[in-house]
Amino acid sequence: MSRADILGAIRRGLRRGALPDDQAMALRARLVGHPRHLVPARSQVPRPAQIALFIANVEKEFGTVARVASLDDVPAAIGDYLAAANLSTDFAMAPHPDLLGLNWDSRPMLTPRVGRAQGSDLVCLTQGYAGIAETGTLMLPATPERPTTLNLLGDVALVVLKASRVVGPYEDGWDLLRRELGMPRNVMLVTGPSRSADIESTLELGAHGPRNLHIVLVDDDPAAIG
Amino acid sequence: MQSTSPAFKANVTGALADAGLQKALTFTRPRFPERRAAAVAALPEFERLRDIGRDIKNHTLANLDFYLETWADNVEKSGGHVHWCSTADDARAAVLAICERVGAKTVTKGKSMISEELGINEHLEQHGIAPVETDLGEYILQLRGEGPSHIIAPAFHLNREDWEESFRKSHTDLPADRVFGERRDILVEARTILREKFLAADVGITGANFLIAETGSSVIVTNEGNGDLTQTLPRVHIVLASIEKVVPTLEDATSMLRLLARSATGQDFSVYTTFSTGARRPGDLDGPEEYHVVLIDNGRTGMIGTEFQDMLRCIRCSACMNHCPVYFTVGGHSYGWVYPGPMGSVLTPGLIGVEKAGHLPNASTFCGKCESVCPVKIPLPKLMRHWREREFERHLTPGAMRTNLAIWGWFARRPGLYRTATRLAAWGLGLLGRKRGRFASLPFAGNWTEGRDLPAPEGETFFARYAREQRNQA
Repeated sequence: MSRADILGAIRRGLRRGALPDDQAMALRARLVGHPRHLVPARSQVPRPAQIALFIANVEKEFGTVARVASLDDVPAAIGDYLAAANLSTDFAMAPHPDLLGLNWDSRPMLTPRVGRAQGSDLVCLTQGYAGIAETGTLMLPATPERPTTLNLLGDVALVVLKASRVVGPYEDGWDLLRRELGMPRNVMLVTGPSRSADIESTLELGAHGPRNLHIVLVDDDPAAIG
Repeated sequence: MQSTSPAFKANVTGALADAGLQKALTFTRPRFPERRAAAVAALPEFERLRDIGRDIKNHTLANLDFYLETWADNVEKSGGHVHWCSTADDARAAVLAICERVGAKTVTKGKSMISEELGINEHLEQHGIAPVETDLGEYILQLRGEGPSHIIAPAFHLNREDWEESFRKSHTDLPADRVFGERRDILVEARTILREKFLAADVGITGANFLIAETGSSVIVTNEGNGDLTQTLPRVHIVLASIEKVVPTLEDATSMLRLLARSATGQDFSVYTTFSTGARRPGDLDGPEEYHVVLIDNGRTGMIGTEFQDMLRCIRCSACMNHCPVYFTVGGHSYGWVYPGPMGSVLTPGLIGVEKAGHLPNASTFCGKCESVCPVKIPLPKLMRHWREREFERHLTPGAMRTNLAIWGWFARRPGLYRTATRLAAWGLGLLGRKRGRFASLPFAGNWTEGRDLPAPEGETFFARYAREQRNQA
């Protein structure tokens, strides 16, 4: 059997048998404790600076950010963005309570369809689980309220993210995830819109995924407003 | 994949005469180092992170059996399946069995170097299943019937006119008189065609940049999003991963990821870094119904416990080839198998045998640039030297080279004689070349002087000067 063959070959190479219990215990303790290594200093700054770093990094990677005061302002911000870009006002929307609870009728032209994305959807809206300031990265775990296809199939990916969910380094994001969701089936870390440099080593945006990534950042965290 | 590594010298002759290849190499050569240097300069902790990356991988390799078993247990707990495969044959059979069981007609593929190692596309085609490469670079190579020439930029050896020609030839249902005004038009055409393939596929195959023992996850890193579409839309997701991809925890993977994109493309982080753990769960509206990992040895356990174990730290970033003067002169195809450049010159002899790939570790100037940029500090020149030693020990080195090495070795073991002989040779050559200051040709060195002149020695030898300066300092 291949499992035994491979493990046996590894142990022969390492010139030992299966790990003794005490050593295996130490490794199990390392897994449970999952210690952090060196975490770069750049994201370990006061809250307002962390939010500013997150926004600067999203923009550096060709994403865009609109900052609004409360969740109630989200439909208007999305309506404005789609109108300015001359885009369809039909869009696929994640069945997340934050989004379902919004008054979409406040902008009569906006027509969200709740569910996963289809191949023909041009605009998709999802709820951002967390933001990572270190590199302007969104953490988008798959849950029934956040279908993965919404991150991928649209030409435009819209994400509503609460400022209280912006953390410094990736490690803080993992801790949130372990505490709240365990390890979901799929966790996407998304940094900017899709791109490719496969043609003559020259960057082009919009390879197979979204050409545009637009984040509506909701200022729900008084400590984060500088 | 069939190897042409034994024909390395002929491959190189062809590559040097290939004007299109040389144009692409010249265009791309400065770009990778510039981008990496900028990303590294923006992260003051980068050098310390390299030590951490090396240590994480060394720790994992020293306990590889434990971490693979822990990882596999956690895959099964999350509803996935692990297929342990010692050989490429086992792995091809495992992939085919899954595809046939679910009645797959088409399979989309994310970019995966190990799938090249296995020749998975050819195997599926032989059994009536159509594989579709979805990474833009891999897609055009599939249309052209070529292999990748670089581990992360597989088609950079092609120029725009090659893309246009291949697209016109292959996409025959599109108007023949359509215009490709800019690179973007090529991209849009590929996007449109591949979108249909993504939606129609029955199985999606991806590689893995990392496996995580703590959670039983596999990780892929892409910029295009093709890997995510490949693993999200079909009913079945198959991951191809070699045994050395495992790391213990999410924190360990995170530290490795801080090194990967910066070393590879000079990005702080790739666009899509995605962690997959099992199949679709109750209530999920999308995602695959089955999740399989085909775990592959294919020669790697043979490197454990040898001087080549360090090579198993490699995270396939491509920094070594991106900074290699040999790679950027001869291009990736010259190396003749899946992995080119310095990492390929060490790994290929380990996987297909030094008797086939012995030219590769010899095709190095030992300038050391590769080791200096390696994110996990693999001593690549040292490992290439070990392969040269093995080749010599097994009498695979050509006779004339063995004789010359033996002569040199005889002198080198007698330092007094060696210095006298080199002093005499330098003096003699200096005298002969006094008039012109250089030699356009020399006996026994015709190949070398064919491409350049040898400057005539002047002044004292290195040893004489070194001894004099030591005396002056004292």
